[in-house]
Amino acid sequence: MSVLLAEQLLNGLQFGVMLFLLAAGLTLVFGIMGVINLAHGSLYMIGAFGAALVANATGSWWLALLAGLAAAALVGMAMEFVVLRRLYARDHLDQVLATFGLILFFNQGIILLFGRQPLFVDLPSWFSGAVEIVPGVPYPSYRLLIIAVGLLVAAGLYVLIQHTRIGMLVRAGATHREMVRALGVDIRLLYTLVFGLGALLAGLAGLMAGPVYNVQVGMGEQILILTFVVVVIGGIGSVRGALFGALLVGLTDTMLRGFVPGFLRGMLPPDQADALGASLSSMGVYLLMALVLLIRPRGLFPAHG
Amino acid sequence: MADTSLPEAMADAARTRGWRDRAILLVMFAAAAALPLIADAAGFPATTGIATQIACLAIAAASLNLILGHGGMVSFGHAAYFGLGGYAVGILWEHFRLGEPIFGLIPGSNQLLVTLPAAMLVAGLAALVIGALSLRTSGISFIMITLAFAQMVFFLFVGLKQYGGDDGLVVRRRNLVPGLDLREPAQMYWLCLGLLALWLWVLHRIVRSRFGRVLEGIRQSERRMAAIGIATYRYKLVAFVISGVGCGLAGALMVNYLRFASPEMMSWQRSGELMLMVILGGLGTTLGPVLGAGALVGLEYTLGGITEHWQFILGPILVLIVLFARGGLMSLLGYGRGRG
Amino acid sequence: MNRRAFLTLGTAAAAGLSMPAIAQGAPLRIGMITTLSGPGGYLGQDIRDAFQLAIEMDQGRLGGQAVQVVVEDDGLRPGQGKAIAERYLRNERIRLFTGVVFSNVLGAVAPDVLDADGIYVSPNAGPSNFAGRECHRNYYVVSWQNDSLHESAGQLANTLGYRRMSILAPNYQAGRDALTGFKRLYRGEVVQEIYTRLDQTDYAAELAQIRSARPDAVFQFHPGGLGIAFLRQYAQAGLLQTIPQCVAAPSLDSTTLAAVGDAAEGVNCTSHWNTDFDNAPSRRFVEAFRARYNRVPTYYAQQGYDTALAIGAALRQTRGSIDPAAFRTAMLRADFESTRGRFRFGPNQHPVQDWFHIRAERVGGNLALVTKGRVLENHGDAYAGQCRI
Repeated sequence: MSVLLAEQLLNGLQFGVMLFLLAAGLTLVFGIMGVINLAHGSLYMIGAFGAALVANATGSWWLALLAGLAAAALVGMAMEFVVLRRLYARDHLDQVLATFGLILFFNQGIILLFGRQPLFVDLPSWFSGAVEIVPGVPYPSYRLLIIAVGLLVAAGLYVLIQHTRIGMLVRAGATHREMVRALGVDIRLLYTLVFGLGALLAGLAGLMAGPVYNVQVGMGEQILILTFVVVVIGGIGSVRGALFGALLVGLTDTMLRGFVPGFLRGMLPPDQADALGASLSSMGVYLLMALVLLIRPRGLFPAHG
Repeated sequence: MADTSLPEAMADAARTRGWRDRAILLVMFAAAAALPLIADAAGFPATTGIATQIACLAIAAASLNLILGHGGMVSFGHAAYFGLGGYAVGILWEHFRLGEPIFGLIPGSNQLLVTLPAAMLVAGLAALVIGALSLRTSGISFIMITLAFAQMVFFLFVGLKQYGGDDGLVVRRRNLVPGLDLREPAQMYWLCLGLLALWLWVLHRIVRSRFGRVLEGIRQSERRMAAIGIATYRYKLVAFVISGVGCGLAGALMVNYLRFASPEMMSWQRSGELMLMVILGGLGTTLGPVLGAGALVGLEYTLGGITEHWQFILGPILVLIVLFARGGLMSLLGYGRGRG
Repeated sequence: MNRRAFLTLGTAAAAGLSMPAIAQGAPLRIGMITTLSGPGGYLGQDIRDAFQLAIEMDQGRLGGQAVQVVVEDDGLRPGQGKAIAERYLRNERIRLFTGVVFSNVLGAVAPDVLDADGIYVSPNAGPSNFAGRECHRNYYVVSWQNDSLHESAGQLANTLGYRRMSILAPNYQAGRDALTGFKRLYRGEVVQEIYTRLDQTDYAAELAQIRSARPDAVFQFHPGGLGIAFLRQYAQAGLLQTIPQCVAAPSLDSTTLAAVGDAAEGVNCTSHWNTDFDNAPSRRFVEAFRARYNRVPTYYAQQGYDTALAIGAALRQTRGSIDPAAFRTAMLRADFESTRGRFRFGPNQHPVQDWFHIRAERVGGNLALVTKGRVLENHGDAYAGQCRI
């Protein structure tokens, strides 16, 4: 039982880290520019497809890494430059409508370019095995890699935001947007850079997801809503909040899926228990968000004053 | 969104009251009512079906517009009430078919005069509970919390094996109404069109009443309204419930038209679509949501008939509309509320 | 899909819009409503491509009757499927339909088609309600009844001697039917029944549960992209070496196999057909499909192809008429050379067919699905008894 618990904790951590990579970019864009970007999931998809394409063509994992990051960041910055830049002054509804249009465009564009068959990426050979965390319980080393990369990114973002000039502007932008502008900072460049960074992280999440999940059209929307949940639970604009929110959501989701059906089976006939358990665990994360928002409407770590 | 100035709003109202607009409205309604006859004569009888779907969705979009456009409450979960209304019809039909009362208490029914009020009641109660909790928050939190509740309802119905779960519930025959034969596509359409007109009139009256003006005031500045001693929470909640009731009505009609209810009706994508319709048509206008529903469904339908890659075209169209037609289709026609 | 096919289809669909009625001597039009967008899009694409292939191989005809297929994407949305069906039925007066991939879309499309005295021939979904009480004279299924896919997997688990099994499926109707179907013929002990989610991408939590339960084998039903993710993560977790899998066709088609790669080696599966079937129609189909589309046909492609053949055989006997009564007599004879060998319709107009044991094995360096033997013979479905036609 305790071995299972440890394994599920790792699983929850890994899922949480994945959500964090997506949520970090989203929360910055959300907090600093005030833009709801539904197409953030598309950047995740583009990163995954870029990496898969190059990995299958060249067989080099490093080139794939570069391609995935570059594709996501470039498309992200282009998106900011062409469409989103014009939406900063608009209300959230316009942003929702426009970025929803972008989702349709990107999804169908990927179908036109790659077809409908899901793509497949090999695991990098030196991470294809499993490590025994406890004797007799192997754990895929690639998932450990995801956890490590995610935590490294979190640390990197912390340094970037707390200890650099750009980070200072980012922090200032998240709390007092107008003031930063008034001080004569080139806010446009800052915005494009922040957006590029967010896109880069989404691309990183996408390319790392490739070998584990599916590289397929619509993969972004599957995870988009959960990412928004993370951002809101954590507090908009707060990277620290995104990390805690992501880990909380990842662990909650995994633990509920792992243990609720078994728990219910003690009380109900098996087939009812399993179906009910599945429904309950699907609802769990949303219940968590509703509770957090009712108690702390601005999330756990609000960035704004 | 910049606040609408008071004189502008009054001028707007005066314009809507103008005889010219009344005449236009009358002509539009007459044209809409004659649509099944024209469609049959032109050899495109299925157009009536599409128009029925548009009418149903327009009811939902107009209801959402009450809180979105007039109350400034961005609900990302209104598909839940749409779906609940639909499932009310579906579940009542299922129990009517099986001849077993629900929970051994409530008998099933296939009478529209029973199922429609039931659907509105169910949706309204759900909106009351969800709204009471959600309205304790505002801004982005409100958007997300309404989404959260809608997702919970969605997953609840996905898990309800008795009512088909994810596969949905087939309603083999449309409901019965004395004096109408809903199996006849034109009559189904006229029913939806009539209810749409009625519901728009009701909403219009609400918006122009004292209640509506308070709501508009809350949208512009909740703090100001609270400062003059108005219990804003109660006003917002009532508006939220009314819009939920409208979505329930729309869902019930939709299920009657489709003869099918499924959790897909309450997915977050559907909530997004309802929002799109409102924004596309023009926030805070009476006819905007109707135009928005017509435009979105019409575009999907026509583009889908031309190419299987219709989303590749629809996506950029939506972006262009946001960028260059602020205030939606109504403002293109010169009727907008002049946002921004 | 190549550019030319896209253009032809586009013009066919556009032409379809502007043609109100069938002129005398014009080709018979078949309405295909299928899922082409989203993660499930490749299933519909395979069905459509193979159906078109059968027509191309017959020089634009089916059973001697010139036909034209109009295709539209339902986007996996029941409402959209219904709107297309209504337009086809009423504007374009199409009476013969096929193509739906998913049961929930079928639930919205089939009643409309049948009530308008149209004919529906299913190339994929075979939900239980339409096989039992709601069965209909003008509704045919050429693929299989949903449950029988999984019944065959249950039988295979018996044959392979698995006594304790964990079973998993997504928490939706077809998923629950899958587990019910599996348990119907499986005689061992089900130690664990796990429901996953349709929108789930990560199965780590479920894999950990399986590992701790230590079953003899695992049965899972995860169609399309879900199956790829599940199988891959299962292999990455090192479970495939210790706990083998015994699944039904939708969880391991050739697209899944290509995507999972070497990891899938040794997975047992059941199917009504496989690319290596040694009969002339099947060889002809696989060869033509490969040449035309440059990929290995999946089960879905085979089902689309067989559906076209079945319709063709019926049309040959009715000389192109789709009068429901005449068409029914002709259709029920199933006088076509199915790629799967033996095929006939049961009393509920669903297939009675053989099921085979398939294994993912290495053939000349490449992983392929290899047919190992027969699991069930002349197998119908459990709902035929409830059907009164």
